[in-house]
Amino acid sequence: MPYKRFPEFVGNRLIGLLEECGEITFLALAALKRVKTASVRLTIDQMVKIGVDSLPLALITSTFIGMVFAMQIASEFVRFGAGKFVGGVMAIAMTRELGPAVTGIVVAARVAASIAAELGTMKVTEQIDALQALGVSPVKYLVVPRLVATIIMLPLLTILTIVVGFYGGFWVAVIVGKINGVQYFETAQSLTKMWDIYGGLIKTAIFGAIIAVVACHKGLTTKGGAKGVGEATTSAVVATLISLFIVNYFLSMAFFK
Amino acid sequence: MIELKNLSKSFNSLIILSDINLTINNGESLAIIGPSGCGKSTLLRLLIGLEKPTAGAIFIDQQDIGRLSDEGWLNLRKKVGMIFQSAALFDSLNVFENVAFALREHTRLSAREIAKTVKEKLALVELAGTDLLMPAELSGGMRRRVGIARTLALNPKVILYDEPTTGLDPITSVMIEDLMIKLGRELKVTAIVVTHVMQTVYRTTQRILMLHHGKFIETGAPEETRRSKNPIVQQFITGGLKGGS
Repeated sequence: MPYKRFPEFVGNRLIGLLEECGEITFLALAALKRVKTASVRLTIDQMVKIGVDSLPLALITSTFIGMVFAMQIASEFVRFGAGKFVGGVMAIAMTRELGPAVTGIVVAARVAASIAAELGTMKVTEQIDALQALGVSPVKYLVVPRLVATIIMLPLLTILTIVVGFYGGFWVAVIVGKINGVQYFETAQSLTKMWDIYGGLIKTAIFGAIIAVVACHKGLTTKGGAKGVGEATTSAVVATLISLFIVNYFLSMAFFK
Repeated sequence: MIELKNLSKSFNSLIILSDINLTINNGESLAIIGPSGCGKSTLLRLLIGLEKPTAGAIFIDQQDIGRLSDEGWLNLRKKVGMIFQSAALFDSLNVFENVAFALREHTRLSAREIAKTVKEKLALVELAGTDLLMPAELSGGMRRRVGIARTLALNPKVILYDEPTTGLDPITSVMIEDLMIKLGRELKVTAIVVTHVMQTVYRTTQRILMLHHGKFIETGAPEETRRSKNPIVQQFITGGLKGGS
């Protein structure tokens, strides 16, 4: 009977998930152990690919997220006579959540797919085996530069996404919401603490590590040919996005509660 | 010298190699033949540490490679090189960078010395002047030869060839075989060739072992193998539809 197999199906999926989490943890530890040996040239290459190339997408996304968020809150705040607090709420939202989340999601979608596809193709064409046969650790050569690059570049990207999102919100609040521009900046300054910025940046550094390690793991464990690479790529994006949302909740609880 | 002692390998319940014993002398050129999926490539992957044995041990120069440290593996992989069936060139690097790869990773040679070595190795495989080509711009035969040059960069004592001529045209196959003979003769490297192309086996090796259902069922010089009375061996080497398998 099919329903009798349901617990078995759930159990097998759960065991598979736990095994994968274990493998990802071991990969992360192996990469962190070798961080000091990271090749500067390879890391800079990855920083350009991961950070610089993601910049237009992150900035455009963040600007419009800031604009739409300001549009939504400005009219409501004005209705309750709290229009001057729009700037403060925007600043807190951008630094604590929207900036890190937008950066994390954009990079997860763009970079996790790219890392998984690249490493997955290398795996199915025996290039990973060739690396090992030449005495080069794939963790050191492939994972560490990507890990270091995402950990460095995500906070830098986040600073820019926070700035453009905040200014996008400013223009909409002033022009559409008729909010006083000076008050927008004043409340932003008075309500935001330095820890809001630090906390948001630490979160994105952790997001960066998750994106790199999960995507590298998906790539390095790719099986089969083109179909396997496609599955690894999709699975890398899905897994990093889910991980990011879950981890974000707990980090926000820890940092800002 | 390479020794396999009671070597077994299985994937889950599927037995690939079962209690294999083999000694390969320095400078010897050995072929492992057998039908597709019989475990030939797995044996090569075990020899270079890409797979771990289920049981038994592999000794290379009296060292049990199952007990090697990370440093030990690094040194072993400088001594043992592998030529992959697909060549497995790094497709983001050009020919020069592919051949220079191991030199840059494992030696302290200057850029000039690396360039000199790369040119020597490319000349050895008759690919001088292809330095700046990308792997995607190379033919199948050229890719294999770049793969050989890349492996030769560290001057290994042992070369493992995984299907070196499979899928190549007859002229390119002869070219690769001539290169394998030259490497054995001039550089005295030990060669373990896994293939099911009998012409390559007869031309390039001194001893043939046939793998069947996880065990060696035939061992001997090429002429002895040709005269083998084992119907499975005869079926394989003559390409007959009927035999003992």
